[in-house]
Amino acid sequence: MRLTPFHARTSELCDVYNWSLWCNWLLADMYAPDHIQEYFAIRTACAVFDVSPIPKYHIHGPDAVRFLNRIVTQDVLHCAVGQVLYTPWCDDDGKIMDDGILARLDGQSFRLTAGDPWLYWLEDNSVGLDVVIEDVTELGVLALQGPNSRHLLKTLTDTDLDQLRYFHILKTELAGIPVEVSRTGYTGDLGYEIWVEPPQAVQLWDVLLEAGEAYQLIPFGDYALEMARIEAGLLLADVDFYSSKKVVYEFEKSSPLELGLGWSVKLDKEHFIGQKALQQEHARVPSWGTMGLEVDLNSLEAIYAGFGMPLYLPHEAWNEAVPVYSGGHQIGKATSGMWSPILKKYIAIARLKPQFTRPGTHVDMEVTIDAQHKLAQTTVVKMPFFDPARKKSLGQE
Amino acid sequence: MNSLTKNYDAIIIGGGHNGLTAAAYLAKAGRRVLVLEQRHLVGGAAVTEEIYPGFKYTVYSYVVSLLPPRIIQELQLPKHGLHVMPLEGAFTPMEDGNYIASYSDEDDTLAEIRRHSKRDADIFPVFNIMMYDLARAVKPILTMIPPDPANPGLEGLRTLRDLGGHLKSLGKEKFHWLTKIMTMSAYDFLREWFETDVLIATQAQIGVIGTFLGPKSPGTAYVLLHYYMGELDGASSTWGSQRGGTGGVSEAIAGAARSFGAEILCNAPVKQVIIKNGQAIGIALENGDEIVGKTIVSGCDPKVTFRTLVDEKELPSDLVDAIDKFKYRGSSGKVNLALDGLPTFPAMKDKALIRGMQEICPSVDYLERAYDDAKYGGFSKRPFMGCIIPSTVDPTMAPPGKHVMSIFVQYASYDMPAHGDRDQQREAFGNAVIDSLVEFAPNIKNLILHKQVITPWDIEQTVGITEGNISHGELMLDQLFFMRPIPGWAKYRTPVRNYYQCGSGTHPGGGITGTPGRMAAAEILKDGN
Ligand SMILES: Cc1cc2nc3c(=O)[nH]c(=O)nc-3n(C[C@H](O)[C@H](O)[C@H](O)COP(=O)(O)OP(=O)(O)OC[C@H]3O[C@@H](n4cnc5c(N)ncnc54)[C@H](O)[C@@H]3O)c2cc1C
Repeated sequence: MRLTPFHARTSELCDVYNWSLWCNWLLADMYAPDHIQEYFAIRTACAVFDVSPIPKYHIHGPDAVRFLNRIVTQDVLHCAVGQVLYTPWCDDDGKIMDDGILARLDGQSFRLTAGDPWLYWLEDNSVGLDVVIEDVTELGVLALQGPNSRHLLKTLTDTDLDQLRYFHILKTELAGIPVEVSRTGYTGDLGYEIWVEPPQAVQLWDVLLEAGEAYQLIPFGDYALEMARIEAGLLLADVDFYSSKKVVYEFEKSSPLELGLGWSVKLDKEHFIGQKALQQEHARVPSWGTMGLEVDLNSLEAIYAGFGMPLYLPHEAWNEAVPVYSGGHQIGKATSGMWSPILKKYIAIARLKPQFTRPGTHVDMEVTIDAQHKLAQTTVVKMPFFDPARKKSLGQE
Repeated sequence: MNSLTKNYDAIIIGGGHNGLTAAAYLAKAGRRVLVLEQRHLVGGAAVTEEIYPGFKYTVYSYVVSLLPPRIIQELQLPKHGLHVMPLEGAFTPMEDGNYIASYSDEDDTLAEIRRHSKRDADIFPVFNIMMYDLARAVKPILTMIPPDPANPGLEGLRTLRDLGGHLKSLGKEKFHWLTKIMTMSAYDFLREWFETDVLIATQAQIGVIGTFLGPKSPGTAYVLLHYYMGELDGASSTWGSQRGGTGGVSEAIAGAARSFGAEILCNAPVKQVIIKNGQAIGIALENGDEIVGKTIVSGCDPKVTFRTLVDEKELPSDLVDAIDKFKYRGSSGKVNLALDGLPTFPAMKDKALIRGMQEICPSVDYLERAYDDAKYGGFSKRPFMGCIIPSTVDPTMAPPGKHVMSIFVQYASYDMPAHGDRDQQREAFGNAVIDSLVEFAPNIKNLILHKQVITPWDIEQTVGITEGNISHGELMLDQLFFMRPIPGWAKYRTPVRNYYQCGSGTHPGGGITGTPGRMAAAEILKDGN
């Protein structure tokens, strides 16, 4: 078990001892006493999450662009210095292996994050190229998310954060601590990720939390993150899809096109791994589409009434797939879902046969009560479910 | 007045959240609707105002839980700004420096109770299940249109039959508890379950809110149950605070009403309902303007609805008599504070509880004495207080690092002024609140930048609620269900044709629920109006 550079502080605050492991790093599921509070901090004020466990690679050298363009599906050639790209990457069959964000730090230097560690894959595919790949996972990262996050950060630096655009990164100091700040996150809200060398990590935490007191800042854990990312329509590996390298059977694999990530696959750029398969897939109709579902509460209420119960809604995110039907035939599965406290809607992320992906289509999702299977009516909708303007807008004054 | 369309299908008097809800539903059904609000802003008892620059007060009501998911969905309130954040538990400091807390997580709550009594901790979940079950039994009654047993009509008979069947399905034990809860005092009821005094105090407190009764007065057990209902909604299992104060809820409902085409006019006090041949045909504003409408709906309390807005000669004398006997007896005041920093409660071991509710009801005797003090007029020297500091979670309430505190206070009687000059009394009441709070949060006095003190009389003056009762009339069993506001006229109608009522003085009563407004609109549409 590994401990992040913020552990000295997070462990003091996580007094409910609610931890889980991510790539063998200890990660707080929630801090006391209630994850809903943490969720609302993300949506109303601001909250901070220790993302340090995320695998990170520093990739640099004269061939860095060529190398990365070969690995990922996005077009790295057109990634400006200071820009950040969300990108999947695939195996030769065009099946998704993982996804992450790629930041161009300068002309020949990048940092890539991933859900799982992939050093071997990166090294094996760099043969013959003049590029250095370093695992820099031990770097500390804090995700500061929420509408108040910019106000808070601005009290710690003279750098003009108002002008830092969505999916861009800059170098600065926060209260004298050298950091990089990227306008990124996994919550679908206004937010930043702060990258710091481990020796300064605790100091950064202290500075941030102290300044945060006036900005309603609290730490948040994985439960609240899960809720925010579902509302944001962001897929989670090992839940909404599996890495093609981590499963055995074909049906467990999926392509980025099936996952609704086609916008991040630049089919026409120079060669990349999986390109041919993806081009072929693109030419025909993909086997699946990924969409949102909105559960009809009246239909759900009627199901519960059948058990003499009032309507029950999932206040925590669930992530065990359940079947989705149309006219009694299974046409897909919902892979994660929850009651959205902000939208006041029961939402779910679903993989559906292509003829059922049109918004407005009615399909049925299975719900289980007392081990009895029932069908709740749902409507297919576009994701993200929640997409506030502040996510991308620039700051004022 | 020229900007107004002249022919309305419905004119709503009063832009409280219930009037707005009725307006939204009527407009949604295609009616041309006009809302007339006397004040400069809508919301009534659910408003947010910036009385001290930079600080927002949720002036009267402050917590939300009873708003049903059905209304939220049907009116698409999140789209119009509804944003209710559950409170992080409740904290009750005791006079000996100890405290008790409750959390949304039952295990956390039980751990707290166990510090005081193992027995109570073991029985608490059973008590909760029983209350849930009773609430479940009563809840459907709340959403049924109340029939009048003396004169039910066919549909009413059906409702009564359903009601009977429903009650029968409870079984003997539950029915037994239901009878008890309808008649006993909160204290006696709770004593049958618990031995820990402070635990009983925190529960009994719920039973006296909005009534002029003490925890040992019969009838208060039911009020306890009434507030448990909120817990039944899948959408909100605990009390929460709306971003920007409860005015945000009213604004969201107003936004929905406007999106359906309703017009809302502020600074438009209505003087009278214009009645011709026993039929309402319009209203006259205080400024003399008259507006014609096919249906007139009052969102005001029963006294205003029947006695102020309508000439006595238009009403049957028994109704006039019954309305005059309807009990208001406002008992709650409010103190809102702008603070220079965060108050600290030395007894609060879990600092997260500052983001929850802080309840000053350290013992049953404290509560009962607070009642004793005010019983004959005046106010409690050491009052019961329910506090929240919304700025701990909501950046829109106060500048960074500053805070607002919302203090709900009982008891403050309406006839305070009988004991002297009104302003002096208000001042003395405010001081009693702060001095009592200082016993538990000593640093608060030095943090106060501004203080707003509200007595029941002030509520009447500003919001127009008779005697300032928070529920438009006491929530007591003899003023509920088919007897709310009075027997015979509990179905949102009035003896005046095309004149309806939709405020908290109608079934199911007070609180931010929108339910009277929604049900009144349904009845109006049913009448073809
Ligand atoms: C101090 C206080 C604290 C409370 N705390 C809570 C709480 O925390 N949670 C909760 O759920 N409930 C609480 N309540 C109860 C709740 O706020 C009320 O029951 C509810 O808001 C009443 O809504 P309404 O629409 O029925 O009536 P009101 O809000 O009273 O609306 C009536 C409207 O009519 C207007 N009006 C009156 N006369 C005229 C006229 N002649 N012409 C035009 N307009 C007129 C008034 O200005 C007002 O806007 C509290 C109430 C008070 C007073």
